[in-house]
Amino acid sequence: MEIVRMIDSQPPAASPGGEDAKAQGKLFFEALAGTLACLSVRGFRRAAAVAMLGLLAAQSAHAALDIEIIGSGATQIPIAVVPFAQENTLSQSITGVVTADLTRSGLFRSVETAGVTPQPYQPSDVRYPDWRSRGADALVIGSVAPTADGRLTVQFRLMDTVKQTQLAGLSYTVTPGQLRLTAHRIADIIYEKLTGDAGVFSTRIAYIVKQGRNNYELQVADADGYGPQTMLRSREPIISPAWAPDGMRLAYVSFEQKKPVIYVQSLQTGKRMAVAAFKGNNSAPAWSPDGSKLAVVLTRDGNSQIYSINADGSGLKRISHSPLIDTEPNWSPDGQWILFTSDRGGSPQIYRMTADGGPAARLTFDGSYNASPHYSPDGKSFTFIQRLNGQFHVAVQDIASSQVQVLTDTRLDESPSFAPNGKIILYATEIGGRGVLAAVSSDGRVKQRLTVQGGDVREPAWGPLLKN
Amino acid sequence: MKKVALSLMVLSLLAGCASQGVTDKKAAVEDHNVGANANGVKQSDVSANPLHDPNNILSKRSVYYDFDKYDVKAEYKPMVEAHAKYLTSHGDAKATLQGNTDERGSREYNLALGQRRADGVRKMMNAMGVANKQVEAVSFGEEKPKSDCHDESCWKENRRTDIVYQGE
Repeated sequence: MEIVRMIDSQPPAASPGGEDAKAQGKLFFEALAGTLACLSVRGFRRAAAVAMLGLLAAQSAHAALDIEIIGSGATQIPIAVVPFAQENTLSQSITGVVTADLTRSGLFRSVETAGVTPQPYQPSDVRYPDWRSRGADALVIGSVAPTADGRLTVQFRLMDTVKQTQLAGLSYTVTPGQLRLTAHRIADIIYEKLTGDAGVFSTRIAYIVKQGRNNYELQVADADGYGPQTMLRSREPIISPAWAPDGMRLAYVSFEQKKPVIYVQSLQTGKRMAVAAFKGNNSAPAWSPDGSKLAVVLTRDGNSQIYSINADGSGLKRISHSPLIDTEPNWSPDGQWILFTSDRGGSPQIYRMTADGGPAARLTFDGSYNASPHYSPDGKSFTFIQRLNGQFHVAVQDIASSQVQVLTDTRLDESPSFAPNGKIILYATEIGGRGVLAAVSSDGRVKQRLTVQGGDVREPAWGPLLKN
Repeated sequence: MKKVALSLMVLSLLAGCASQGVTDKKAAVEDHNVGANANGVKQSDVSANPLHDPNNILSKRSVYYDFDKYDVKAEYKPMVEAHAKYLTSHGDAKATLQGNTDERGSREYNLALGQRRADGVRKMMNAMGVANKQVEAVSFGEEKPKSDCHDESCWKENRRTDIVYQGE
């Protein structure tokens, strides 16, 4: 359990103890209560999940993802992150993780902090001209202090060096094991304050690692690839992991019964159940936005068709009706629509139908191969795979205008999906004969590669923002 | 070099298929039974089993496809026909039709495409009189490639349906 407190900003002219301060204090308290309640629940759920995963997981350290960044944003915010007071006493760097998160996004440029003496830890320590002369628009300062019960209090403040004001300030009381997650949360807040979009550094990703001829692992790691945990290990293929909207369950397809069967597994307990194990193939699970149902693809009635089924395996209902292939359903964020891939027009193309199985309308018309649609979080566009000149690229199509933007130049891209803030698309590709994960910013400017030592990584799925 | 590759291919057609459905151990045991029961020949007399006789068309087991296609090309029809005849004349023989695709594009679409490939062979056999209880169409999509490289030389090997008899 962690405790989070907002740190009051310190306007230069505040008179301690005055009426203004009291009024501010009350507001502050209400905000604090709200924040405390939500963040604690989130922290607890996450901690529990990681603990249980730890039990399930074996030594997966060898499979840690390495990240390489290519390109940068159109504009980069210059930010100076000063090592926190007493941070050097920790085994886990906080500001190192914060800086790595921000620069990896391609939207920030790290400004050198060495040489400014004394290093600031409190707003009253900050000499703004020092930072303006180094070109920093934003400054992060903070401190770490042990508590009596063996935990740590991490305090940070984000300062605007131009306006010379505090933009954010939070204090976290956490166990040493939660320091890395705390650093990601600090980066999330900085990202949100400075870009206006939600940060996704504290979210997680799921993916499949294949090692050797037939060793498959379903793994879950932090969004920066750190701390992979194995959810399932198999000698038969595993594909199509999909996060439940609550971030606590994964649906996936496993061939362990010598054919594709859909399972739903709890990240907390590791327990799982086969939710679709009908005659023939069971594949392509997609969660409804409320987490109550899955759209799945079955061949029980002949060709691959889309059905909906409750998350406990009850209430099967067929929702697509074509004599050819219908597959890869993906629910719109508002639950009204389902995108899917069908070859009913003679080649695989992307269609949209109402979630109850109304008539389908074709959405893609460029080229002879468009597949694997995934909605953006705002529901206004979708990412998919488009074949161009024999190569398979990640593209995004705006639904209202039908305008398509191709985002990648790799040739064997697969399985694209949006980060929960809609700013990054995560996908699988092949480089140098190896399967790797890659991410591209939704404007195509920033690219990252995530590789695993001695294995193929594939089938990525970005977990949800765990909302308050 | 080519010769080696070819003979490896034949070997993998014979042996590799077994590893896709059942364990090798079980396959060896069942192979013995099929040899003894169905054909009344001893296992050592391999050449007498038409399914394994390299000079018999029944030893050919794979239908190959163009990218994103599932129609059985004319050149494979005599082979499918021979297996259909074998199945109709051996009422207790059972075969699995395993559809596969190359690695390109969507894994889920490829799973569905592999199923259509296998179903296409099954339907052709049905039309030739084979009962559905003797043939089962399954798909491995792109998940079990026979050849691992990332160009057409491997892709064309992976776009196929294999006919695998029970016990192989």
